[in-house]
Amino acid sequence: MAQVTLRRIVKEYEGGVQAVKGIDLDIADHEFVVLVGPSGCGKSTTLRMIAGLEEISAGDIAIGGALVNDIPPRDRDIAMVFQNYALYPHMTVYDNMAFGLMLRKFPKAEIDRRVKEAARILDIGMLLDRKPKALSGGQRQRVAMGRAIVRDPKVFLFAEPLSNLDAKLRVQMRTEIKKVHQTVKTTTIYVTHDQVEAMTLADRVVVMNHGVIEQVGPPQELYHNPATKFVAGFIGSPAMNFIPCRLEQSGSALQVQLPGGAALPVPQDRTARYQAHLGRELLFGIRPEHLTEVRPNDHRENMAVLEAVPEVVEPMGMETLAHFWIEGAEICARLDPATPAAPGRKLPLAADMAKMHLIDPKTNKVL
Amino acid sequence: MSATAARPSDVLPGLGRKIGSLRRERRWALVTAYISLIIAAIFMLGPPLYMLLTSLKTSAEIADLSRSPWSISEITFSNYAQILGDPMFRGFFYNSIIVTVLVVAITMVISVLAAFALARMRFFGSQVLATGVFLTYLVPDTLLFIPLYQIVGGLGLLNSIWGLVLVYPTLTVPFCTWIMIGYFASIPKELDEAALIDGANWMQMLTKIFIPVALPGIIAATIFAFTVSWAAFVYPTAFITQPDSMPLTIGVVSQLIRGDTFAWGQLMAGALLAALPPVIVYAFLMDYYIAGLTAGATKG
Ligand SMILES: Nc1ncnc2c1ncn2[C@@H]1O[C@H](COP(=O)(O)OP(=O)(O)OP(=O)(O)O)[C@@H](O)[C@H]1O
Ligand SMILES: [Mg+2]
Repeated sequence: MAQVTLRRIVKEYEGGVQAVKGIDLDIADHEFVVLVGPSGCGKSTTLRMIAGLEEISAGDIAIGGALVNDIPPRDRDIAMVFQNYALYPHMTVYDNMAFGLMLRKFPKAEIDRRVKEAARILDIGMLLDRKPKALSGGQRQRVAMGRAIVRDPKVFLFAEPLSNLDAKLRVQMRTEIKKVHQTVKTTTIYVTHDQVEAMTLADRVVVMNHGVIEQVGPPQELYHNPATKFVAGFIGSPAMNFIPCRLEQSGSALQVQLPGGAALPVPQDRTARYQAHLGRELLFGIRPEHLTEVRPNDHRENMAVLEAVPEVVEPMGMETLAHFWIEGAEICARLDPATPAAPGRKLPLAADMAKMHLIDPKTNKVL
Repeated sequence: MSATAARPSDVLPGLGRKIGSLRRERRWALVTAYISLIIAAIFMLGPPLYMLLTSLKTSAEIADLSRSPWSISEITFSNYAQILGDPMFRGFFYNSIIVTVLVVAITMVISVLAAFALARMRFFGSQVLATGVFLTYLVPDTLLFIPLYQIVGGLGLLNSIWGLVLVYPTLTVPFCTWIMIGYFASIPKELDEAALIDGANWMQMLTKIFIPVALPGIIAATIFAFTVSWAAFVYPTAFITQPDSMPLTIGVVSQLIRGDTFAWGQLMAGALLAALPPVIVYAFLMDYYIAGLTAGATKG
């Protein structure tokens, strides 16, 4: 068990591509941290540098307080689960799990105890004599996890472990991984490009983009208080709506002037926060779940009504998504399925202004 | 099952003929395949059969041109008895075995290590080296035996089986290395990385992961090295003139053809006996040649 520290980590591949541009990260003991970001953002590279599979171009990595910059993977006391499992094809499930311990010269009885214990946790006891080719994708994934668990390492590294599984199995294995972490409590660094996976698994989520960390924080924090436009748009599904707007004075309060004439009042408690940006062209951000049908007797404070004409209406069962456009910006609203929404018909929407965001389009920072 | 397929479909009328013509096409393909295979088999098996028949005849019968060479009136094992009873011939056999076993061993050690390094350890010039190894193989032995004669002679190894043990790997190593590079390169990179993290060093990675996983390739390379050194003809012809150092290939020819007297029966018996070990080795190794051994390593 150990904490992991990254200090100004840089990775430059041959040819001058900077995949990781100087990131800092502190991961606490027992913590489950998820690196998430779009394709090519450098999350795999970061994980591989922590594993020692990729040399770092600059900076320091410490595991359990010890600097590991020049330590080979086998001496870092880490275990890794790969996207495509990387099971040894010629070995049985038992030997796959025992291999690392055998190389480390553990006594036979201890190996046996650990393999059986991991098999019990993962419920693969009946597969121990099989070869990997006789396993399903989900079973292979469990064996790959078992191989990590038996080692009882300082840190678990997961490299997009669920992306080869079908949707249903992915949800199931996600729960499984969370359960395993709650059982063994090993510090875990997990890479995925799926923000739902990130939100559900992580104690803290690290959002990366273009080789830098955009924001680090607990899932709820990222959801409610994104630091940048990128995080605001990346976390949450469907994604947050962004509408160009101008911040204007309206009596003693502020209001957001949207293109097309609508003006939405800014809650009083935000006045001080936004005052400095009065008169500027900004981006108004609001999540689809905070843009709903107008409910009778809605006593929530700071509701503002917005007239919209949906162009596409998507009934999802538990909710209905309505899409419309304001000045080229696509807006999505989440409606109660009972709402009589139809394409081309006027629909009043309630915007929960207490959940609004304003983004500076120059810096892409959330104000 | 096939009957249902051939029956014109009630549900989709008109489809039945289509299925019928597909089946007819398939049958024709099979018939053509069998005919060409039978022709090929006759071509391939004709000479060995001829050898077998001739080796079982007496010299008188072989010399009797009035009879069909494919018939045999009286089976005799005297040719085999003479060959096997001849200590010189047993010496040829022994020489061939020693040379081949050593060459196969040397070849496999060198080419597996070289291929592992070329396939996995990226170092300066490894790409050029890998291509160079293959180009070496393209130079025919008929060109090389003259300079090699100088070298072997300089080492004082003419007329010695050790000269052959030294020289044959120049034929086998490049090609076997090439085969093994291909097999090793097909092993997913994550497998090494998993092994590295599990605590393996390079040697353990090679012996515990690469060799077992690439076993089909190793067997293919072994068969190749075996065949090349067992059947080598040019080099021993050039380097060996004394019967007690001769391997089978040239021993049979040089000792059983004296001037223009051909001991046909014995020649054929000797050649058949010489062809036997490769057949045995193939049959034995093929059992271990389980293709697709990497199945299941990754998502698949
Ligand atoms: N071996 C390499 N040589 C050169 N550039 C590389 C190499 N590996 C990765 N890169 C580059 O580094 C950047 C980050 O790659 P990385 O694999 O870390 O992305 P990622 O966040 O894992 O993306 P994905 O979600 O697609 O896996 C990419 O722009 C990629 O093109
Ligand atoms: Mg990746």
